Amino acid sequence: MSTKTQAPRGRRWLLQLGILVIVLYCLAPFYWMVVSAFRRPNDQGENTWLPSPFSLENFRGVFGPGVGFGRSLLNSVVVAGATTLLTLLIGTFAAYTLARLNFRFKNLVAGIIIATAMFPGISLIVPLLKLFSEIGWIDTYQGMIVPSLSFALPLAVWTLATFFRQMPKELEEAAMVDGLTRGQAFRRVILPLAAPGMFTTAIITFIAAWNEFIIALSMVNDQEMKTATVAISQFTGITGFDSPFGTKMAAGVIVTVPLVVVVLIFQRRIIAGLTAGGVK
Amino acid sequence: MTAPALPPTTGGDAASSPQRHGRLAAALLSPTLIVLALIVLYPLISALRESLYRREEGLDESGFVVEGDKFVAIDNYMQAFTGEAAERFWNAFFNTTFFTIVGVTIEVVLGIAMALVMHHALRGRGIVRASILVPWAVPTAMSAVLWQWIFQADGVANEILNTQILWTTEGFQAKLAVLIADTWKTAPFVGLLVLAGLQIIPNDVYEAARVDGASGWRQFWRITLPLVRPALMVAVLFRVMDVLRIFDLPYVLIGARKHSVETLSMLAFEEANQVRYGPAATYATILFLYVAIVAYAFVKLLGADLLGEARVRNKESRMRRKAMAT
Repeated sequence: MSTKTQAPRGRRWLLQLGILVIVLYCLAPFYWMVVSAFRRPNDQGENTWLPSPFSLENFRGVFGPGVGFGRSLLNSVVVAGATTLLTLLIGTFAAYTLARLNFRFKNLVAGIIIATAMFPGISLIVPLLKLFSEIGWIDTYQGMIVPSLSFALPLAVWTLATFFRQMPKELEEAAMVDGLTRGQAFRRVILPLAAPGMFTTAIITFIAAWNEFIIALSMVNDQEMKTATVAISQFTGITGFDSPFGTKMAAGVIVTVPLVVVVLIFQRRIIAGLTAGGVK
Repeated sequence: MTAPALPPTTGGDAASSPQRHGRLAAALLSPTLIVLALIVLYPLISALRESLYRREEGLDESGFVVEGDKFVAIDNYMQAFTGEAAERFWNAFFNTTFFTIVGVTIEVVLGIAMALVMHHALRGRGIVRASILVPWAVPTAMSAVLWQWIFQADGVANEILNTQILWTTEGFQAKLAVLIADTWKTAPFVGLLVLAGLQIIPNDVYEAARVDGASGWRQFWRITLPLVRPALMVAVLFRVMDVLRIFDLPYVLIGARKHSVETLSMLAFEEANQVRYGPAATYATILFLYVAIVAYAFVKLLGADLLGEARVRNKESRMRRKAMAT
């Protein structure tokens, strides 16, 4: 794995220092968000390293009347959840095909799917905006879910294909020798084994859809239908401050902490999902 | 900013019976391909068509107001390149390119440094792996709000640096703010991908080099970098594609219609918002072509091996060559 042969002492210290720097680099801004969220709105301008006194008032403000952040969270859950489900439903077949079947144009199809992941969102949004205005899809869930498939589907197909490919081929072949059709082998042998991979893919896709911004911003005008990311970026002085950053940071904690917790619990698998294909 | 990881396509068995599962493959692939055709291909073609039209309001011969889309051929493009809107367009083009080149360069250097530290450090790997995923999991729009807070006039950035910079106002500092926020979120991710590349370099290559007395610096340039290059290239390609379409960060952190940070995505978005679909589609199409050209150049010139196929072979032979040379 690594080259840990008796590194000189000084170098070892330098490396541990480097580790510390990386951890600080990654966590300091995040820490600042959490600290700011737990300050009293009146102490917003303070730059102390710990909130004193500790206060939940910002969180009350987030869910207070007139902000409607609860609804925004619900919208985000619906949009990201539906995008993830649809993506897995459609993409699993494609991922299995790319991982396991032999056919002509395989590389071409693989290339096309990966290329769609790179298209700039705006080149899809401009025409879709016009189309959705005409068919009444502005301010609807489907108006956000359908365009989100454009990035979620390629992402899920690639991640899933990686997981399918890692599974021993022999199992499937054995099942087919035992008289199962390919479809049955897929359902009874592959799918149960692929469940962890599918779960990881679901997390990665959900996070991508949850973090989506430009589609939700373009397709929705109605305050009631805005997703959490759009709502936070548009918070205005509801609590009576010019820039209610305390409220924004509290909302940010609500939006990111559950994700961060899930990511930390499943970190090994997620890292495997994000990097596996890139290096093999 | 999640870059999908690219699984390698297995070349071996495909060659033995290329068409064995043709029909089944077509059936299983069709849902995905149909969806992508509807939500990606159709809008692209539609945008191209749209970019040749402009919404016109005028009076006809009898003095009535007429409205409608008028075919203007490439006039929208001419307007963008040389017309009244040209200054704004070229500024957006410059900003997009600037963020891409400078941003990705910083991210790659930092990412490699992080990966090397993580690869060689004896303790604290678990905690680093955990913390490196935190910036990745924070939504870009949320990170923009967070950095806006950090970069407030009386915010923590100015306090730590002991400066009085108005970070989020027009000027070079706004570009810098966007770059810093972008680097925070993505350099760890690059580090993660490079680390995965480092971990598959066999130890004996280094041992051979060490026996031959190659210094650490020399090992890095002659062994580590060449062998990690495939993983790095894929990471760089994805980062480049991602920054070329950058929108959330400058839009939320600095704001709309800000000269110093307006990118092509933002320009197209603004025009669409003003219901000027023709110019909006023009900018969107130009951005798409720009992205496509850069991606093509990357794959052709720098050999970013997307499908991961040739990579395995090349790496093996390269490794063998390296091992023999050292």
